[in-house]
Amino acid sequence: MNSTIKRAEAAPVPGRKQQGAGLLKRMAKRYDLYLMLLLPIAFYVIFHYGPLYGLQIAFKNFNPARGILDSPWVGFTHFERFFDSYYFWRLLWNTISINLFSLLIAFPVPILLALLVNEIRSRTFSKLLQNITYIPHFISVVVIVGILQAMLSPSAGPVNQLIELFGGTPIRFMEEAGWFKTIFIGSNIWQNMGWQSIIYIAALSGVNPQLYEAAKMDGASRLRRIWHVSLPGIVPVIVILLILDVGQFMNVGFEKILLMQNSLNLESSDVISTFVYTTGILKGEYSYTAAIGLFNSLINLILLLLVNRFARKTSETSLW
Amino acid sequence: MEKVQKTSAPSDERLFDIVVYAIAAVLMVIVLYPLLFTVSASFSDPAKVLRGDVWLLPKGVNVDAYASILKNNRIWTGYGNSILYAVVGTSINILMTILAAYPLSRPDLPLRGGLMLFITLTMFFGGGLIPTYLLVRDLGMVDTMWALIVPGAIATYNLIVMRTYFQSSIPWELQEAAHMDGCSNWRLLVSIILPLSKPILAVMVLFYAVGHWNSFFNALIYIRDEAKYPLQLVLREILLISQSSQIDGGGVGLERQILLAESIKFAVIIVSSLPVLIMYPFVQKHFVKGVMIGSIKG
Repeated sequence: MNSTIKRAEAAPVPGRKQQGAGLLKRMAKRYDLYLMLLLPIAFYVIFHYGPLYGLQIAFKNFNPARGILDSPWVGFTHFERFFDSYYFWRLLWNTISINLFSLLIAFPVPILLALLVNEIRSRTFSKLLQNITYIPHFISVVVIVGILQAMLSPSAGPVNQLIELFGGTPIRFMEEAGWFKTIFIGSNIWQNMGWQSIIYIAALSGVNPQLYEAAKMDGASRLRRIWHVSLPGIVPVIVILLILDVGQFMNVGFEKILLMQNSLNLESSDVISTFVYTTGILKGEYSYTAAIGLFNSLINLILLLLVNRFARKTSETSLW
Repeated sequence: MEKVQKTSAPSDERLFDIVVYAIAAVLMVIVLYPLLFTVSASFSDPAKVLRGDVWLLPKGVNVDAYASILKNNRIWTGYGNSILYAVVGTSINILMTILAAYPLSRPDLPLRGGLMLFITLTMFFGGGLIPTYLLVRDLGMVDTMWALIVPGAIATYNLIVMRTYFQSSIPWELQEAAHMDGCSNWRLLVSIILPLSKPILAVMVLFYAVGHWNSFFNALIYIRDEAKYPLQLVLREILLISQSSQIDGGGVGLERQILLAESIKFAVIIVSSLPVLIMYPFVQKHFVKGVMIGSIKG
């Protein structure tokens, strides 16, 4: 340390040295800002980067008595066990399909809702629609699943009452694997479409009104104006939100899936994150499930990088 | 513009309007119906709810379910715990988020870009559930409220929203002038920045508080002692793993108890969502503002 300073003094590289010293000086002058950052940075180091350090147990046989560092290395054993397990493909398929269907079906809904709000001329009515569709966003997942059970109950739920009214037989929605994904995604749309439309509505209000006027002069119908003026106006926002959604691809709705899960619908509700919870936390197979979690995060990260790259090339909008 | 459209509106323009309003009306009904049904069912005679007689308005109006909630200690303990966790948690959230957001909003902070990167990276990659769980356990936080509060002390998204607000809404010249007058950064933050940031602080309090109130998963993995259960965990047991024995029937017959157990579910939903739903009309526009500020960055 001492010697480097001396050497720097002996053979000064003018530009760099000045820059370095300048930086330290500028930092010292604002030391109180770093003081403020002390706790937050400690928080990020401990609770965000700390678990990254702990992730090494994915390659070890973690033994709580020996601690993370002293547990023996086992290489890719846990990964191999996971890939060879009979439930690997089921977990992967459920995780991917639930998220893929969500992306395909649920992602466009808030955009359509925002376009609809934008077409409503009565301000009161449009505000009413917005305020009503925001409400479910504030209800907890536990309550949402509770309401779902009540609504879909085979004996007393209004949905099955309606089915019976039209001569059908009641369906045990919550207990049939075939219905799980539909119910999960449908109720997600119900809960979040209003809230997620806010950003699009804000973006739409920023579209230049003269564009609409010009389109109207050219004889464009309302639908055409939506297609050629409104939609292009919000494409950058759509792309950003799409990338952010893909960034959460493998994790979406974990808590709700866990609450909706039961032994009867497990076939289509068993996803990687719920498996990590039940096998890791409940059964204590920490190393094995840490490996599975790592696999999940890696796929997620790769997807994010791919989508971001694709977006940058095709639409010139991207996260970075 | 409106006027022109009205006078020259051809019939397909009108048709378009009708379709728009019709879809909007249907959407409102779809969103509101499950909520209204829940409210009605909570005020109805449980026997009628179970037979499926209730579909919109309450039948056989009574408040038995609410009365039995009043006697249920588990719910009130959970309520108290949730309030405690939400208050302490939100206070820590706000403090930590301010301490991070303000320095990072300063254009003259050396290494700002690197620090921001250090923080935003965590949005896209993390250790995952198991290493986090082991860390919290090793820190001795299991079965204490700190497990619910400290690991989530800062939500990175909220940090970015607040930083954006400080940057875009408080003139940098004002801060420079204060510096000229010899004002320290701490005083600047406390007596100039924060008083000017009340709207964003309100938004943050709401975001964090609702998050605490509604969260259940952290409590599920970290809290073992039932006396420390937050409301959502109690709710989960009543709503989703329901056993009629859990609910205090007050000495009535078994059949009646099962009925009450069913109807209490609706009442519990209402009682637990009440704090958020009551404040909703008052704070809804702040929430929306928060989302908008967040989107500026995008």
